[in-house]
Amino acid sequence: MLTKRIIPCLDVKNERVVKGTNFINLRDAGTAVDLAQRYYEEGADELVFLDITASEEKRKTLVKLVKSVAKVIRIPFTVGGGISSVNDISDLLNNGADKISLNTSAVKNPQLIYEAAKIFGSQAVVAAIDIKKISKSYKVFIKGGKVDSNLEAFEWCKKVTELGAGEILLTSMDKDGTKSGYDIKFLDNLTKIVNVPVIASGGAGNPLHFLEAFNAGADACLAASLFHYKELVIKDLKKYLSKKGLTIRL
Amino acid sequence: MIALIDYGAGNTASVSNLLIELNSDFIITSDKREISKADKIILPGVGEASSAMKELEKYELVDLIKSITKPFLGICLGMQLLCNQTEEGNASCLEVIPVTVKKFDTKGFKIPHMGWNNITNNNSENLLSDIKDEEFFYFAHSFYVPLNNFTTSTCNYGVNFSASIRYKNFYGVQFHPEKSAQQGTKIIKNFLELC
Repeated sequence: MLTKRIIPCLDVKNERVVKGTNFINLRDAGTAVDLAQRYYEEGADELVFLDITASEEKRKTLVKLVKSVAKVIRIPFTVGGGISSVNDISDLLNNGADKISLNTSAVKNPQLIYEAAKIFGSQAVVAAIDIKKISKSYKVFIKGGKVDSNLEAFEWCKKVTELGAGEILLTSMDKDGTKSGYDIKFLDNLTKIVNVPVIASGGAGNPLHFLEAFNAGADACLAASLFHYKELVIKDLKKYLSKKGLTIRL
Repeated sequence: MIALIDYGAGNTASVSNLLIELNSDFIITSDKREISKADKIILPGVGEASSAMKELEKYELVDLIKSITKPFLGICLGMQLLCNQTEEGNASCLEVIPVTVKKFDTKGFKIPHMGWNNITNNNSENLLSDIKDEEFFYFAHSFYVPLNNFTTSTCNYGVNFSASIRYKNFYGVQFHPEKSAQQGTKIIKNFLELC
């Protein structure tokens, strides 16, 4: 049986891992390569690297990071941040990344998802979507959560899968960094309307939160600070989820 | 010398990192002379089948691969390309194994099949030597090779399909050994030492 996945997320700035609350107030958590190796050894199923400054500053330093990471880990990893062309994607995949995630660039140019999926396959294309509740509806935010794209969240999620995205990385900006649990209601609705794997992100604070997200239909759960500062150990989390009846790679 | 075939669609970096870790002597190439001289050949695979076949044709590798008698390992798309044809882009493939590659189409199962799944090891295949039954490997694919006479291990995702196949010197694995932690490393080690 296909397992539920636990994915540490490494928000990278200048080759170091940082983590903020609600997308601001950055704290340093070590070098990306060291942390990647630690998570590989601790039993992470996959890793995600997001260059959080890239969309703003248009930096293309991800290739170097991908090269170093691919040398030390033997599990799949996704990279995102500032990827805006098929050439960018090709560089990252050719250097050892398994998937790339598109966020701002996909909103600005949805055709990029289609082209990437056509050339590299849907399994390599992750749509990273940052959502925030504005009055009663969910909106998609871009540029690292700074700009409201005016897109309605569920509509955009459906659209990216039609274009060929093979996975959705859904981050709730309202929940991110709060440790109050994932946005279960949104996940529950989303997993009913799309037929690609969904990675839940934003809000994990304890093992129960992971269980709730998986029960709501998430295929993978992502967390950052919780793992970086060792508040939760991946092995213990996986044992807990396995005891609760989920299929987990121990 | 191992030839790791670079045909534009494959993720050669991850496999080559693993070959370096195993101290293996290898080259990354699309040159047919280099490939025909190699002792073992690996065809990695990420991407789309019809464009991958076009690349192989461009480098004049189609007939060459069919005529190889040395141990040959196709990974993921590389395994699917060993079959007769695929529903992906309705492409004709290398026609080494007489099977049609199909698209997953089971209600309630998301596409792609992405993540860690366990394989049932149903014979004493060298490639799977010392891999325990029900071991987890990393999969990422939307198309699958149905069970057939050449299936050497199986996996289930709404349907039972081939996790690995073999016909004479041609081996194929649907999962990514280069991304499947220690058990994946073991598969490549087996290919280098036992096949």
